[in-house]
Amino acid sequence: MLSIQNLHKQFGNLVVLDGIDLNVDKGKVVVVIGPSGSGKTTLLRCLNVLETPTKGNISIQKAHLNFGGKVAKKDIQTLRKQTGMVFQTYNLFPHMTALENVIEGPVTVQKVNKEKAKEKGIQLLQKVGLGDKVDFYPHQLSGGQQQRVGIARALAIDPEVMLFDEPTSALDPELVGEVLRVMKELANEGMTMVVVTHEMSFAKEVADEVLFMDKGQVVERGHPEEIFTHPKQERTRQFLNLISE
Amino acid sequence: MYLLNNVLYSAVFDADRYTDIAQSSFLPLVKGALFYSIPMTLISFVIGIMLAITTALFRISGIKLLSGIARVYISIIRGTPLLVQLFIIFFGLPSIGIKIDPFPAAIIGFSLNTGAYASEIIRAAILSIPKGQWEASQSIGMSYGQSLRRVILPQATRVSIPPLSNSFISLVKDTSLASTILVAEMFRKAQEIVANTYEPLLLYVEAALIYWIICFILSLVQDQIENKLNRYVS
Repeated sequence: MLSIQNLHKQFGNLVVLDGIDLNVDKGKVVVVIGPSGSGKTTLLRCLNVLETPTKGNISIQKAHLNFGGKVAKKDIQTLRKQTGMVFQTYNLFPHMTALENVIEGPVTVQKVNKEKAKEKGIQLLQKVGLGDKVDFYPHQLSGGQQQRVGIARALAIDPEVMLFDEPTSALDPELVGEVLRVMKELANEGMTMVVVTHEMSFAKEVADEVLFMDKGQVVERGHPEEIFTHPKQERTRQFLNLISE
Repeated sequence: MYLLNNVLYSAVFDADRYTDIAQSSFLPLVKGALFYSIPMTLISFVIGIMLAITTALFRISGIKLLSGIARVYISIIRGTPLLVQLFIIFFGLPSIGIKIDPFPAAIIGFSLNTGAYASEIIRAAILSIPKGQWEASQSIGMSYGQSLRRVILPQATRVSIPPLSNSFISLVKDTSLASTILVAEMFRKAQEIVANTYEPLLLYVEAALIYWIICFILSLVQDQIENKLNRYVS
């Protein structure tokens, strides 16, 4: 349902993605790991065209985008409506309450009736454990709570795929658990997810497939057990050793 | 001796005369403010802000033609005196057949002026909003216009209120320049009364006081707005 072929991204002369292929079936969770600068975040940002790939194909459900030439704005919109993005720094709208953040997509973009959107928004906030915070502004919430609002906001547009860009990297250690718990729940409910993270325990526990990236390429991919216990590539081994120290 | 006498004489008799003139001139000055200075300020500011937003968006559009137009406009307005602009509009344009009454001519001048200065304020405010806000809006499917209207401009407004208040208060005072193109605003009223009474100090200080009171009230309003908009920042 999500498929990427031969994706390239260059910033000037710097090659960030060097021919990435990826297929994610419905309901599967793919976790992307790798050292910083490996291109994993860029890959994720290409999936909803926050970065425009230099060339390659991306298709998600009804949206098929072919990069290299001109890409129609309408196609990008279609793609974005099928992906929910969760950012490292949450990027909540500070002038809106938690609930207003969540219903912004449905009301402004999808023109859903405001009362209906509110009803669903409250349900989503309850789902991420923030039923009692609907009228709080972001600055009144902890980092973990803000990130959970971020997840609810992304879910509100009914995406086919959820994209997570290092969702716990900006959090204090004691707040990481509450966010990961919500993500696990989503995975268990059958949400299709692509997750860039440094949380190896999450990858081991939840991922259907782990991708190890380095220097803009996928070095190794496979079931988490294989990758973490019997990595085939030297570079994967080095990386795993470094982070387990 | 004659000189001293004269000074004493005027000092003795002026107290009554001063009170009289101050009283009788107060209403005409306030009328000038209420019917001309204040409406002129409000109308010019509203038009000016719309122009400013448009110009700021032109500037950051990334489209060469549009940002070029914006740059030229800002450069001309900022590079020439407001008084000269008013003279061109009111006294100059009739030579090519464009006759504009004093009040609308002043509105045009002040709006163009506010538009140029405020556009730089608004542009800076828009650019001060973190990139992540644009990305978050786009990620939930918003178009450029929707992101701007729902996410960026509301936040940019908060940032730009203090400098825009400055522009607004400047504009209140700048409207006194309209006296030179025959608008019957407060300062022109003061000049007319001076012409009859020969009391420049009294009348001009009185006018200054009224400007000051207006600006003082405006700064109170500014505080109110800032408090209201600050509710969502810690």
